[in-house]
Amino acid sequence: MSPRHIGLAAAIMALASVATGASAQQAERKGIPAPPGHVFKTIISGYEFRSKETRTLQDDDLENPGFLAVERAADLWKTAEGSEGKSCMSCHGEAEKSMKGVGAAMPKWDDKLKKPVNLEQRINICRSEHMKAQPWAFKSQALTDMTTFVRFQSRGMPVTAKTDGPMSPWFERGKQIYYTRYGQLDLACESCHERNNGKFMRADFLSQGQTNGFPTYRLRDQRLVPLHERFEGCMFDVRAEPFKPLSDEFIALELYVAWRGIGLPVETPSVRN
Amino acid sequence: MADKPRIKLPKEAAKGEIIQIKTLVSHMMESGQRKDAQGKPVPRKIINKFTCEFNGKPVFSCALEPAISANPYIQFNARVDEEGTFKFAWTDDDGTVITAEEKIALKA
Repeated sequence: MSPRHIGLAAAIMALASVATGASAQQAERKGIPAPPGHVFKTIISGYEFRSKETRTLQDDDLENPGFLAVERAADLWKTAEGSEGKSCMSCHGEAEKSMKGVGAAMPKWDDKLKKPVNLEQRINICRSEHMKAQPWAFKSQALTDMTTFVRFQSRGMPVTAKTDGPMSPWFERGKQIYYTRYGQLDLACESCHERNNGKFMRADFLSQGQTNGFPTYRLRDQRLVPLHERFEGCMFDVRAEPFKPLSDEFIALELYVAWRGIGLPVETPSVRN
Repeated sequence: MADKPRIKLPKEAAKGEIIQIKTLVSHMMESGQRKDAQGKPVPRKIINKFTCEFNGKPVFSCALEPAISANPYIQFNARVDEEGTFKFAWTDDDGTVITAEEKIALKA
């Protein structure tokens, strides 16, 4: 081999050993055993794919910047708004008691609307119907804070997802979206999150795409990000026209992806990249 | 909507003990490097100074620069020789000061 080729071969060897180093790290990631018939053998939270420093940030309740939102919303919970003069507290009392478990089981079937409803929609339904107050805009700080606060009351509890009965067609629609290729880059959710999780892409480790930590404090945005904004971002990243947040498509997808993470502990407010 | 700084320090300490103090404050820390949708630079607006005093005496202070990310987290140690009050102050570029205080007692 000529000297030029030896250098190239050495470079390729070095790259290969870095790549195997990364997948060896993946083998150490802790997860929970999936129930029978599930797509994964082991379900792993996004927490396990982040660096030690990011995980430390999430683990300390004072360092975790997501708690700034929890504190803001704790005040909002007691604030009366709307023509009925009610606050969340007027009907629900102390959130620590009344909201426990609520965030772990979303989206839930709504008999009046005859469709599943997620946490953001539920909060706005309460505001417009019971408080007679203006619903909060999606992505507004108030709605994201309150969603975080309510889901935080379920922290540590396992994610559950009811996928039978009237939820079944929504579950199937979500599954269909998950496996459909979209956009100019022609990628489906599964292309990255099922087939290639653990690999390094876009300067980051691809996770299983779980939702147990949402709304999450994204270091990139320096704020809490709700789930549908992340779905929107992923579709934008494959150069597709994203579905609208709180649309039927994203609600179906939210239900399906919740099932993919079944049993994972709710980590809201989590810290991710 | 209160954006109170978050502070963590022990409720009491032994005389002479060195305690760890953790602080987190909500602030955009606009670096001045970003541009808005029209291409105009977003003006710099950061917390540029943090000070901590104990019973009127300075304990710790630092100057913050635009590279510090939003919601700055500052952690430091302090030696407690008497009971008293820690007073914290975060100074914004525009002169406003966010303050907070925490008391600490001596272990009997």
